[in-house]
Amino acid sequence: MDLTLKIWRQNGPQEKGEMKTYPISGVEEDMSFLEMLDFLNDKLINEGIEPVVFDHDCREGICGMCSLFINGEAHGPGRKVTTCQLHMREFKSGDTIYIEPFRAKAFPIIKDLMVDRSAFDRIQRAGGYISVNTSGNTIDANAIPVPKENADKAFDAATCIGCGACVATCKNSSAMLFASAKISQFSLLPQGQPEAKERVLNMVHQMDLEGFGNCTNTGACEVECPKGISLENIARMNRDYLFASLSSNK
Amino acid sequence: MALDSKVPAGAIADKWTKHKGEIPLVSPANKRLLDIIVVGTGLAGSSAAASLAEMGYNVKAFCFQDSPRRAHSIAAQGGINAAKNYQNDGDSVYRLFYDTIKGGDYRSREGNVHRLAEVSRNIIDQCVAQGVPFARDYGGLLDNRSFGGVQVSRTFYAKGQTGQQLLLGAYSALNRQIAKGRVKMYARHEMQELVVVDGKARGIIAKNLVTGEFERHSAHAVLLCTGGYGNVFFLSTNAMGSNVTAAWKAHRKGAYMANPCFTQIHPTCIPVSGENQSKLTLMSESLRNDGRIWVPAKKEDAEAIRAGKLHPNDIAEADRDYYLERRYPAFGNLVPRDVASRAAKERCDAGYGVNKTGEAVYLDFAAAIMRFGEEEVHVKGLKNPSTAEIKALGEKVVESKYGNLFQMYEKITASNPYKEPMMIYPAVHYTMGGLWVDYNLMTTIPGCFALGEANFSDHGANRLGASALMQGLADGYFVAPYTVGEFLSTDIRSGKIPTDSPEFEAAEQAVRERTEKFINNNGTKSVDFFHKRLGKIMWNEVGMARSEKGLKQAIADIQALREEFYADVRVLGSANGMNPELDKAGRVADLIELGELMAKDALERNESCGGHFREEYQSPEGEALRDDENFAFVSAWEFTGVPAEAQLHKEELTFENVELKTRSYK
Ligand SMILES: Cc1cc2nc3c(=O)[nH]c(=O)nc-3n(C[C@H](O)[C@H](O)[C@H](O)COP(=O)(O)OP(=O)(O)OC[C@H]3O[C@@H](n4cnc5c(N)ncnc54)[C@H](O)[C@@H]3O)c2cc1C
Ligand code: SF4
Ligand code: FES
Repeated sequence: MDLTLKIWRQNGPQEKGEMKTYPISGVEEDMSFLEMLDFLNDKLINEGIEPVVFDHDCREGICGMCSLFINGEAHGPGRKVTTCQLHMREFKSGDTIYIEPFRAKAFPIIKDLMVDRSAFDRIQRAGGYISVNTSGNTIDANAIPVPKENADKAFDAATCIGCGACVATCKNSSAMLFASAKISQFSLLPQGQPEAKERVLNMVHQMDLEGFGNCTNTGACEVECPKGISLENIARMNRDYLFASLSSNK
Repeated sequence: MALDSKVPAGAIADKWTKHKGEIPLVSPANKRLLDIIVVGTGLAGSSAAASLAEMGYNVKAFCFQDSPRRAHSIAAQGGINAAKNYQNDGDSVYRLFYDTIKGGDYRSREGNVHRLAEVSRNIIDQCVAQGVPFARDYGGLLDNRSFGGVQVSRTFYAKGQTGQQLLLGAYSALNRQIAKGRVKMYARHEMQELVVVDGKARGIIAKNLVTGEFERHSAHAVLLCTGGYGNVFFLSTNAMGSNVTAAWKAHRKGAYMANPCFTQIHPTCIPVSGENQSKLTLMSESLRNDGRIWVPAKKEDAEAIRAGKLHPNDIAEADRDYYLERRYPAFGNLVPRDVASRAAKERCDAGYGVNKTGEAVYLDFAAAIMRFGEEEVHVKGLKNPSTAEIKALGEKVVESKYGNLFQMYEKITASNPYKEPMMIYPAVHYTMGGLWVDYNLMTTIPGCFALGEANFSDHGANRLGASALMQGLADGYFVAPYTVGEFLSTDIRSGKIPTDSPEFEAAEQAVRERTEKFINNNGTKSVDFFHKRLGKIMWNEVGMARSEKGLKQAIADIQALREEFYADVRVLGSANGMNPELDKAGRVADLIELGELMAKDALERNESCGGHFREEYQSPEGEALRDDENFAFVSAWEFTGVPAEAQLHKEELTFENVELKTRSYK
């Protein structure tokens, strides 16, 4: 198929960027979206033009490294897929495709389509863990049964891949869905209880420090989340937060 | 140099406890004086960095992705083994040890493997304590499944995202230490050189991938936890960035590479569809618990399917050849990976393959769906359900077990595996070979350790499913944090290692020169052009079946490719700032050298064992012929200037606790 690609090019964090147009032909339906970009880059290199920079690694929807705002949607058309899982059969010959980076104040652009999402790591560092050292002397794994329903819900929350689509989609650039996924995972498990209060307070605080916006319950994040992380998690986090702030001595 | 595995003397079951007790301790005050570099933040690296920091060492950790959480371990699907015997099906530490030695076709070291089996149980306890949400049964206890090559159910899992959940667990432990300032994390950094001072590993040159700057980092020990090198085949199930650079730089500085030719070709991957494909996708081995593998029994049917004239659902039961169940009745669809892969190749080579390319077989869930459906009917006490109802119930069960894999398959192939069989074919997946390490996980460079997939240590010539995650976490949580003490206890008076020594100077200079060479090369072909060609050579001649003639050809072809690469590769842009093409060029340069060594290693090993199948050494029925008399050793290669002249050292393997037998899964 023949396509017209409009791609955001920006040489560095401080430079000005702009949309550039690249016509491309010979794209096949079975190519993934990123393979289509590889194909473009190979052509660009042959023409002496610097290839388009974008983040990617696993190419199977699990590492959370790929991003891209495609035709105005995080991870493009299609639900519950990451950009790397998107295939060209979703498009048709003659289409114009707009490709932009994930945009948010807390995600500065590094180059072209690549952004810096290290703010997410810092939110996790603020409390996304259970304080247990490696010892070999922890209690037997089956000593505390966990109701299957809670275990399953904790798992569902834990499948967040940290891609940032929720932030990029949100008109407020809120990171609530991301943060609530981790907070909920631990909140649903007995192991997470001792530190539950500090965890939610600290992670929410860090989220604010990083410059993510507030949540106004538009629900856009849930729609674009490739892992189907549920808004229920935000509700749970809000409950936990309220409880923690009311009962906190801080 | 004579290779000393340093496996402690004594009964196999006591070796590790005894050794741990004898490793000199480093006092807390002295640990604060010792710096450790951990390269890689996959299961091995994250767990090691976190544990070492908890112990009190100063740790610096590096990864090339934008976050430690994105290491390739995140993609592991099916599960992690542990000898917990929760299912009460006769599992034990000895059985896990035995299965691993046998599964590895008797090419691994008994002492290491037994230790792995011992600590496997601690891993599950540790992960659960961290909040890893493993699958549970209705009683709230942990659930298990079976993997290939074993007859017990010892695999713990979190749907098809076990690697993700384990890595996020290790990442959380790492985060806790980063927050405390005990670990300094360097993401988007690539190690491009190892620095050796007075014969000891004392640091690395890392490139800040965002700014393009080269940084010198010194330490008293360097742990390489940098994963496997399956991407030497270009197409593999590995992430795009997986590479051999860190290990190869260490190899060039004196670390021996062990069994580089032992590659695992995984039987159940989505088949190659086109020339522009960039990677292959694994369909977890756990699917072989419930899926049945078959091809048409009649060649005409296979031809009709390839021509698009026949649908697999229309082939009668009697006209299907469930070839694994036929050839290996005792293990059926759960034979080890190497056996399953070769059997698929054999059927396809004989003309029974099913997709357009003729290189695919079916993995069918129809029977499992009906079986589960009927179980549900019982549980729910339904009366006279229709076939459609049973099917729907069964599909629900399959979805709960494998939902994300089925979804992944459908996204890629646009075919619905609940309704028609999956098509699968073997693909490169894992590398058993890697840096040679002794019992302490130290390479032949003192102070340089290798953990996880980057070392060669536990899987012999074939790894069993769900054992890589186990090994990565065993190395990182429970082995290296102790064994580095043996080396570091002699180092407490060394003081900070300076980074202005001539050794650091020379190492940085070498990296700069390599970089400039690429940028100024003005060639005509992209890096991928060469990488793809390397992949083709490797897949055809150093893949599932190898021969003397093919391997010799491969060596000549790779040497020619290497020259062409340096003469004609084109890297645009500059050395300052983010330039992924430039980074890729460096990685491919190392993969080319490694490819040649792999071919050489395969050529020297005149036997078939595990994933290494030499066409000259097979039985009339096509089963592998191992040669214990002449090849029961680890090949450890010393770099002497070019891969062609690498020098072979042998570590003889002795088996005192298992009897060397022909592996039989019949
Ligand atoms: C698709 C797939 C599914 C799998 N499923 C299973 C399974 O179900 N069960 C199982 O047991 N095993 C499975 N495996 C195998 C297993 O996932 C890997 O062997 C294991 O995760 C490797 O872990 P690691 O820590 O050694 O390395 P990795 O997780 O590969 O981590 C390597 C790290 O090193 C870093 N790195 C590499 N080079 C450099 C450098 N030069 N400079 C700086 N950093 C560097 C990377 O950034 C990364 O952080 C699977 C593998 C694949 C491909
Ligand atoms: S919540 Fe969803 S969209 Fe947001 S980071 Fe996690 S996986 Fe991505
Ligand atoms: S590249 Fe890993 S999720 Fe897309």
